[in-house]
Amino acid sequence: MTITNPLPMDPGLQALGGGILAVLVIATVVGEMLARRASSDAARAAIRNLKDRVRAWWVMCAVLALALLTGRTGAALLFMGVSFLALREFVTLAPTRHGDHRALLWIFFVVTPVQYWLVWRDWYGLFAIFIPVFVFLLAPARVALAGDTGDFLARTAVIQWGLMICVYCVSYAPALLMLDANGEGGGAKLLLFLLIVVQGSDVLQYIWGKLLGRRKIAPLVSPNKTWEGFVGGVASATLLGTALWWLTPFAPWQAAVMALVIALMGFAGGLTMSAIKRDRGVKDFGTLIAGHGGILDRIDSLCFAAPVFFHLVRYFFGA
Amino acid sequence: MTTLLARLIALLARIASGPAVRVAGDGVCQGQCIFYANHTSHLDVVVLWAVLPGALRQRTRPVAARDYWEKSALRRFAATRIFNAVLVDRDGNLAALRQQLDQLIAALDDGASLIIFPEGTRGSGDEVASFRPGLHFLARQRPDVALVPVNLHNLGRIMPKGEFAPAPQLSRVTFGAPLYLEPKEGKDAFLERARAALIALDAA
Repeated sequence: MTITNPLPMDPGLQALGGGILAVLVIATVVGEMLARRASSDAARAAIRNLKDRVRAWWVMCAVLALALLTGRTGAALLFMGVSFLALREFVTLAPTRHGDHRALLWIFFVVTPVQYWLVWRDWYGLFAIFIPVFVFLLAPARVALAGDTGDFLARTAVIQWGLMICVYCVSYAPALLMLDANGEGGGAKLLLFLLIVVQGSDVLQYIWGKLLGRRKIAPLVSPNKTWEGFVGGVASATLLGTALWWLTPFAPWQAAVMALVIALMGFAGGLTMSAIKRDRGVKDFGTLIAGHGGILDRIDSLCFAAPVFFHLVRYFFGA
Repeated sequence: MTTLLARLIALLARIASGPAVRVAGDGVCQGQCIFYANHTSHLDVVVLWAVLPGALRQRTRPVAARDYWEKSALRRFAATRIFNAVLVDRDGNLAALRQQLDQLIAALDDGASLIIFPEGTRGSGDEVASFRPGLHFLARQRPDVALVPVNLHNLGRIMPKGEFAPAPQLSRVTFGAPLYLEPKEGKDAFLERARAALIALDAA
């Protein structure tokens, strides 16, 4: 059992790193150029938002690079931090009461670290069922023990849902490092593939939406999602994934299918989390990342895409 | 060493409470202030202290309940060495109360800013209770010191009464515009005005 698996920097990965760096630099330069030309207040506000987003991307890429370079430990710690922050945002909106407090303490300070320890330790069997079976049964029992039965079913359901999205689903991302039978960094490359395609899909849907967007998909849920943005974004994300086939054990057509699935699940995630925000009456989950909102706003597509991608890879290309 | 620890505690407080800080006007405090806030949790004083800008934080002394903060060596250390708190007895006779208020005046005269909770005790969070007279006494004794209302939102859910650890969530800290005791303003009118200013911050 390998404890850590530092990412081997083969030429392909170096090229990828260089490519991502180039995209960030171009985005920064474009932002600067647009800022100089901006005339109206609306344009200035939009440019500021764009520059905030690009700055956030620099930080996220740097943090991810640092984590991956240190191998499995860095990745587990990074995504554990992400889960913790996501849970923090989710519980803020959840209609929990005092009776849920002890159960929440267990979830934040025991369940989350244990889940990521299972990822780190490569223990697939328990990793896959710890939250959906054990915590799913024990958390409500703990809440029931506290004795506050007002809205009990709703509170319990919300806590479990939040745990699944913020912890279980997110943990599937570093879990890709488990699918690395040869120890050649294949798992880390799969993780990169997933992240580039799912975040790329978000950005591309946003860009296509800004360029061509007209017919809204679900205006009551998300005012920014349009059919033009969706089709353009998903199509270009599929192309992007196909172009990255060499990062993966897939043939190009398989990479295309995987990228399509990732993009579609990502869209589903964005839509679902938007519905939650509408329900709770907020525009963003938080304000942690300037230009983006909270961390849940950034990873909503990843939460939905990661588990599906993991299981598809495991089933068809299984380690 | 204590500065490092103070920074660490401030960081932990921010991780537990994810505070979104809003400031009315130019800045949190020009010069010397008495911050007064609503009280729903033992986290209140830690979070308010943690979000103050560094230089201001170093000369701000929170007023804290002696019966809670002297209970263990750790809390005593935190209260005195980290937060530099002024410890007061919540329920005492009139003479003891008077002596404590004099302690606060002395702290003000030393140049410190204060953090006080005029409700006197932690509320449920639904309503801000009517203020105890301490705030009026301080304003009357030192009328030039700005009184800054600070609204703390959601800390009571993060660490409710009777709990020993926080269930991390996001919170809001809203600093309002400073107010001063008007000449010839009665005690009850002043306390009610101060309370209304604090409540108004939550809606803003």
